[in-house]
Amino acid sequence: MNALSSAGALADLAGAGPDTDTDIDTMPALELCALSKRFTLGGGLFKRGRALQAVSEVSLAIPRGQVMGLVGESGCGKSTLAKMLLGLTTPSAGEVRVDGRPLGDAGQKALARHIQPIFQDPYSSLNPRKRVAAIVELPLRVHGIGTPRERARRVAETLDLVGLPKRAAEQFPGQLSGGQRQRVAIARALIMRPDIVICDEPTSALDVSVQAQILNLLLDLKQEFGLTYLFISHDLAVVEHLVDRVAVMYLGRIVEEGSREQIFAAPRHPYTQALLASALTPEPGLGVPDIGLGDVMPDPSNPPSGCAFHPRCPKAQALCRETRPALVTDTAGATRVACHFASA
Amino acid sequence: MTVSTSTTSRPSRAPAAGGRARALGELPLPRPAWSRVTRKMFGHRGLAIGLVCVGLAVLVALFAPLLAPHDPYFQDISNRMVPPVWHDKGSWTHVLGTDKLGRDYLSRLIYGTRISLTIGLVAALISGVIGTTLGVLAGYFGGRVDAFISYIITTRLAMPVVLVALALASLTGGSLTTVIVLLGLLLWDRFAVVSRSVTQQLRDAEYVYAARTLGCSLPYILVREILPNIAGALIVVITLEMAHAILLEATLSFLGMGVQPPLPSWGLMVAEGKAYMFFQPWVIAIPGVALFVLVLAINLLGDGLRDLNAPGGRN
Repeated sequence: MNALSSAGALADLAGAGPDTDTDIDTMPALELCALSKRFTLGGGLFKRGRALQAVSEVSLAIPRGQVMGLVGESGCGKSTLAKMLLGLTTPSAGEVRVDGRPLGDAGQKALARHIQPIFQDPYSSLNPRKRVAAIVELPLRVHGIGTPRERARRVAETLDLVGLPKRAAEQFPGQLSGGQRQRVAIARALIMRPDIVICDEPTSALDVSVQAQILNLLLDLKQEFGLTYLFISHDLAVVEHLVDRVAVMYLGRIVEEGSREQIFAAPRHPYTQALLASALTPEPGLGVPDIGLGDVMPDPSNPPSGCAFHPRCPKAQALCRETRPALVTDTAGATRVACHFASA
Repeated sequence: MTVSTSTTSRPSRAPAAGGRARALGELPLPRPAWSRVTRKMFGHRGLAIGLVCVGLAVLVALFAPLLAPHDPYFQDISNRMVPPVWHDKGSWTHVLGTDKLGRDYLSRLIYGTRISLTIGLVAALISGVIGTTLGVLAGYFGGRVDAFISYIITTRLAMPVVLVALALASLTGGSLTTVIVLLGLLLWDRFAVVSRSVTQQLRDAEYVYAARTLGCSLPYILVREILPNIAGALIVVITLEMAHAILLEATLSFLGMGVQPPLPSWGLMVAEGKAYMFFQPWVIAIPGVALFVLVLAINLLGDGLRDLNAPGGRN
């Protein structure tokens, strides 16, 4: 149970981090304190279901103006974490702080002014029955901002900002391409000028050629508005292109967190090492890399004892089966890793 | 059954106007919406036929007093069972002949359109409101709400509609209003089942998440985000249930528990003519054909509307 103390350590770290552009505000823009989510599976009217711990005691601090990458395999709890941050599910334990203030009972609308999402699938994130202008205007309407004329002007400005032509406003999402739709989704997220944007795999549904355009747009907008991103992805190339820091999740827990340089150059957790080794290279003929983990994904409703990663870990020893390693901040205070036998 | 007509032809959705194949960043010029709709409409033969027939029926119902050559209630005992005009003994005075009380058959048929359409429309609307409300709530909330509403739906599905309607009609006494209310309260099951399953899919659509993230109220999400996207499915159900209600009204009236004489309901006309069906078959054939054509046309219309209503693009 060192989650709270490590979150405190992180708050210090935020101001002293290697990539911080602003030292004016040492308070992290977004702070997750021992956030946990437990689901109940298969319960009926009269029978109790099994518990599934989707997210366990995740503590993260994202300094203002930075991009935190969150990586991990499918089912490790990344999206559940995003949903908690967006207020779509309530955490079972822990809290989210924006600018140091807990958001627990601030209400959904207050939350929406600070945190906005960009979802994965632009084919599902836009209501097919609404015109683009109505979709982008909705946040302003719901929050009662401006007169219809002012709102229309803001919508036009924002569409221009994300690189969409004026006539797109009167079209339906079905008439736009995937990249254009994702631009609409970005416009909707940004029209309220939020501080924090949660990007849940925003490029994984797009063509590779369009991915780069969208990523560059996200970077430009970050510069222009000083946005803070939590960037969820399982595409390591995308993460490397975009983020300042990386957190690696496995089975609902953060197993390693560090700067982009450290994670990509000298990963310390065996899972991070395997994850990096699994990335496909553009080199033809190399085939799919064998990362030696086997392909058995552990059952989250019945997690392994001790370190959740031990059944797949090449370094696992008796200690790993019995004791769960704590997420330890290293001596320099720059990285955190949860492994008994972490690489130096 | 009426169901078959709507499920036989499920034409592939027309590809979106304006190609996704176009170059990146290049927006297709939007075609004027109206011309696209009309083009789709006339390209769809079933829809055109259904629309023309239902449109005619509506016009006939609206202008019944102008179109009917005689008073549908006027009895002329000396002119009973006059055959229709194509028969040897037919005459142009009574184009479709007269019934056993000497009432003009064409006039009764024309006024009967009013009854059938009213019952179909109002009963389908009542059941649509009930069923859609239940279905959307069950689909959106899931869990216990869903379990409870699904139980109500199952209970309703276990009841034989004709028997229950017959029993209730005999308790309350048959009348036009009774039949409409009864059918409205009985035919909501398909609305509930369809809207529940479609809502279940949409509940986790990312645009619903987006609306929730913004702090949109629950009614806004249900009515403005979800309802428009299940409307296509509901329009098909509305037409199915209209046809269903019209047939059930005819059934109840035929059994004597529906619309009461002397109202010119088509089902009642069949019932009154059944004693003569072997020697004057047109007495039941004419209202029977009218019922068949109307029900078929409504089903074709629903099928076509479903195709028109499908939004373009990948979904």
